[in-house]
Amino acid sequence: MFYREAGDFKTSYKDDSQTFPIRFDRRGYYAALLLGFAVLPFLLNDYWTNAVFIPFLIYAIAALGLNILVGYCGQLSLGTGGFMAVGAYACYKLTTAFPDINIVFHILAAGVITAGVGVLFGLPSLRIKGFYLAVATLAAQFFLVWLFNRVPWFYNYSASGQISMPERTVFGIPVTGAQVAPWAGYLVCLAFVVLLAWMARNLTRGATGRKWMAIRDMDIAAEIIGVNPLRAKLTAFAVSSFYVGIAGALFFSVYLGAVEVGEAFGIEKSFAVLFMIIIGGLGSIFGSFAGAAFMVVLPVLIKLVLVDSWGWPTDLAAHIRLMIVGALIIIFLIAEPHGMAQLWRLAKEKLRLWPFPH
Amino acid sequence: MLDANPEGYTTADGRKIGGVLMEMRNITLRFGGVKAITDISFDIREGEIRAIIGPNGAGKSSMLNVISGFYVPQEGEVWFHGQRRAPMKPYEVARQGIARTFQNIALFDGMSVLDNIMTGRLTMMKTGLFSQALWWGRAQAEETEHREKVERIIDFLEIQSIRKTPVGRLPYGLKKRVELARALAAEPKLLLLDEPMAGMNVEEKEDMSRFILDVNDEFGTTIALIEHDMGVVMDLSDRVVVMDYGKKIGDGTPDEVRANQAVIDAYLGVAHD
Ligand SMILES: Nc1ncnc2c1ncn2[C@@H]1O[C@H](COP(=O)(O)OP(=O)(O)OP(=O)(O)O)[C@@H](O)[C@H]1O
Ligand SMILES: [Mg+2]
Repeated sequence: MFYREAGDFKTSYKDDSQTFPIRFDRRGYYAALLLGFAVLPFLLNDYWTNAVFIPFLIYAIAALGLNILVGYCGQLSLGTGGFMAVGAYACYKLTTAFPDINIVFHILAAGVITAGVGVLFGLPSLRIKGFYLAVATLAAQFFLVWLFNRVPWFYNYSASGQISMPERTVFGIPVTGAQVAPWAGYLVCLAFVVLLAWMARNLTRGATGRKWMAIRDMDIAAEIIGVNPLRAKLTAFAVSSFYVGIAGALFFSVYLGAVEVGEAFGIEKSFAVLFMIIIGGLGSIFGSFAGAAFMVVLPVLIKLVLVDSWGWPTDLAAHIRLMIVGALIIIFLIAEPHGMAQLWRLAKEKLRLWPFPH
Repeated sequence: MLDANPEGYTTADGRKIGGVLMEMRNITLRFGGVKAITDISFDIREGEIRAIIGPNGAGKSSMLNVISGFYVPQEGEVWFHGQRRAPMKPYEVARQGIARTFQNIALFDGMSVLDNIMTGRLTMMKTGLFSQALWWGRAQAEETEHREKVERIIDFLEIQSIRKTPVGRLPYGLKKRVELARALAAEPKLLLLDEPMAGMNVEEKEDMSRFILDVNDEFGTTIALIEHDMGVVMDLSDRVVVMDYGKKIGDGTPDEVRANQAVIDAYLGVAHD
């Protein structure tokens, strides 16, 4: 088994534009799918499912969404936390209003609602760019959190001001609520991830993705080839927010179960997801996964090694984590703006030529 | 006189030139106090290669920008296909069948050569977002269909070997060629080229001249081009507009323009790189 495209000739344009042009990659992908759906649910204990795998999958969705907006379309957003909150509250309101409808539909609908809100806050992007757009999305972030705190209708007038997820089932198996088995929640998240990643891949390799990238790389040239900039940007806001909204709905319903909006969806969330795509790789599907994995696994790893094994104090370990993330962001921004995904690509390019370097 | 045959004429080398495709009428364009274009009128005929020449800062690029909708002139009218064109955005102009290249290359550096050229066909790709996301039937068929057209242009411009290369890594001359490919991919009625040969060596210029002639000949594309190299202009173009300080000082066949005293004084007499 060599990592080669030789002997793997493409005889049609359709084959040439497939997602994994190299057979080895394709097999690796199917193996990962099999592992994720059929093997891991039996192997994972509750701790790893809850502390690592579920948050990884949910953040991967959020990172995919933000990457569409920032990495593919070049529109910076600091509102991810706020849009996740929209998804969470939409899901909560829907499932409490229509408890008989399957939660999966509510999660999808929450994505659609968030897409609408995203378009609304994306409207200024026609006029403002870069730093100023970032500030506008930051305003959206604070406004949305404030809104969900202040308007009791959103949390069904509960005394605590929190929202909490009632038990919901899929195929008769609880996936949310107190009685849920971790593997059930995991499988729901995994199914969403696979579907959404595949859709993101399809969008970014086709006409829509080219419009986004054209706007990102040079907006005047995009206009001259007939791209309507406002429409292209708003589509990016819509699709991106759809993903982020679903991530928010899952974060609330499957992962946390109960949410206080400022705590769960504050500005730190926006930055965390942004850091994921910077470290993982802007404009890369794989990078969204790599970044999410890194940001989720790092604290767990630090806790296991520094605190549990070496006996360092917890707050020191937390500071070290922040320093690592900060340093990596600076390094990646300066040296490798395409993140871990690009390092991976370069490694593969080397491997393809190995052992003959030319 | 050309005006004597509104239905068109046949060139010395036997190409058929049709009626007027685009007409600029009394265009005046100001930037604050600066008059970039002063009361210029000229037309471009169907099937023609029309050159716009003039010293640096004469207003040539500004004129292309008026045609492609980047600048809205304070005075004057733009007529296309015999109809007066209302002021429109560049992307609307593109959809009317006008494509262009830029004086300073304007490619999408983060994308491959193939993807850059594919963007030229975006206006023709109609599948909805949903169908694209699911990559079902229509989306996939459409992608393949347009890919075939683009591959023909890639063959035509002899850039097969760099198909998958990110545009940012290409040398200058090839970038110019890719930009031409992207414009051609749109199958434009009118192609605007802003200094397509600037900064090229002799060999690259020859290639580019050949491509321009072939485009005009094979696809019947009408071409308006700005160029400083007088040799190239005289070889390529059917008619030439000469601009100086925003004014039109000459208009006619290369031979007529060459013999025009005002042009000799203003342009050919001026030392030029
Ligand atoms: N956006 C703008 N704002 C202000 N002035 C402009 C603008 N665009 C062009 N000009 C001015 O208009 C005049 C004509 O410029 P233009 O770029 O059209 O010249 P050109 O003939 O293309 O010159 P070159 O051969 O150097 O490309 C110049 O004086 C230029 O400074
Ligand atoms: Mg110019």
